[in-house]
Amino acid sequence: MELNFLDRLARSTSRRTFLQWSGVTVGVMALGCSDDSGSGVGPPSGAVDLGTGDTGVLNYAYALEQLEAAFYTQVLAGAYFSGAAAAEQSILTDIRNHEVIHRDFLKAALGTGAIADLEVSFTSVNFADRASVLGAARAFEDLGVAAYNGAGKLLTTPDYLVVAGKIVSVEARHAAAIRDLLQPASFAASDVVNASGLDQAKPPSEVLAAADVYITTEVTANNLPTT
Amino acid sequence: MNDKTIFGGLDPELLERVTSRRNAVGRTGKMAGAVALASMPVMFGLMARKAFAQAGGLPQDIINVLNFALTLEYLENDYYQTGLATGGLIPAADRAVFEPIAAHEAAHVALLEGVLGANKVQKPTFDFTASGTLDPFGDYATFQALAQGFEDAGVRAYKGQATALMANDDILTTALQIHSVEARHASAVRRLRGQKGWITGNQTDVPQLQAIYQGEEAANGTASSPQAAEAFDEPLTMDQVLAVAGSFIVAGV
Repeated sequence: MELNFLDRLARSTSRRTFLQWSGVTVGVMALGCSDDSGSGVGPPSGAVDLGTGDTGVLNYAYALEQLEAAFYTQVLAGAYFSGAAAAEQSILTDIRNHEVIHRDFLKAALGTGAIADLEVSFTSVNFADRASVLGAARAFEDLGVAAYNGAGKLLTTPDYLVVAGKIVSVEARHAAAIRDLLQPASFAASDVVNASGLDQAKPPSEVLAAADVYITTEVTANNLPTT
Repeated sequence: MNDKTIFGGLDPELLERVTSRRNAVGRTGKMAGAVALASMPVMFGLMARKAFAQAGGLPQDIINVLNFALTLEYLENDYYQTGLATGGLIPAADRAVFEPIAAHEAAHVALLEGVLGANKVQKPTFDFTASGTLDPFGDYATFQALAQGFEDAGVRAYKGQATALMANDDILTTALQIHSVEARHASAVRRLRGQKGWITGNQTDVPQLQAIYQGEEAANGTASSPQAAEAFDEPLTMDQVLAVAGSFIVAGV
């Protein structure tokens, strides 16, 4: 079986970022610090800019995975979780593990192109309350699905699209499980799947506006591709 | 799980044979079922050529992918419509799960038929008994198990075609929007069966459906673990999917 590009990356000794390593997106790497982005909007001092091209899109995904991983880490440390039914603990523990793996995977893949660790805040979530925790989890998972679905067309490198596809369907599996914990058989209800049987697909602007309330670090995404 | 009823009369090696196109071809002399199976990719090639001949505005490779997707949606749609119409099969409490799934598959069929227009393939004739070896409409546990297999395979099938759609942003996005709905379905059906919503390693509790789960154990360069395998769903190629779907399609329609 053919090794995929990240397997090859893991076996390479140079540990260069896969963007450099692939050779496909050298231009993208250059853009990160080049005058090509001169017409774009630079980040305010202290802000994190997601960047341009495929790097920017992957950083966008990385930002969302950071948010999800931090959220579930806090869930597992909270009072609701410690008193939850075993089945719910199992689901939430699995999801925490998956999100941490997604986060670390994207960070390693981005290498030196990765944005910094984001500071997050979940003050609007009551970690002692089941409905509050699962309601927030549902929102994060549905948002993650919509984000990846909307970001697919922004990627230009086929291997990155495959990677995004490998992650998004797991997010959808999470969303379905969390939704069914809150309301049986709501795994693909009409608030997320329309009459044509299509899930949501949202542009980064809409996703980041929804995520913004939980992210303390200022994040700018003015240089992301739009098509 | 009761082997007597779930895949009751099934030769334990049957699906393994029929889900490997090469093996199926190699064994055509031994079993009628394998003969039907072996001719299936041929039929598909004919359908694809017909579609190419009629190709209008869309590039041929995109039409080919959409017809592949339509065939899978036809399969799922027929399966759920038949299941829901079979009295006494699906318990009342579980209809709330299968009714929306069926509605989505019907919507996917309508959507893809609309996009393809005159280029759409004909709906195949399905045999969900896999040549008389399964009884999904007589045994609910089998019905659920096969539904899980179809959904998990559907996720892998769409994933495997995403890069072939990159030339058309709208079609790619639509395919991704179907892909995640199939994943929601898969999670719900798996959980209904007492499984995790996600796939651990290449595990399945139905050995006859192993081909659908081969390769799911990939950790994608992260430290190998059950959690890492769960964290990523893996694609299947068109040939791999057709080999699986072939056991439920009657050749020569």
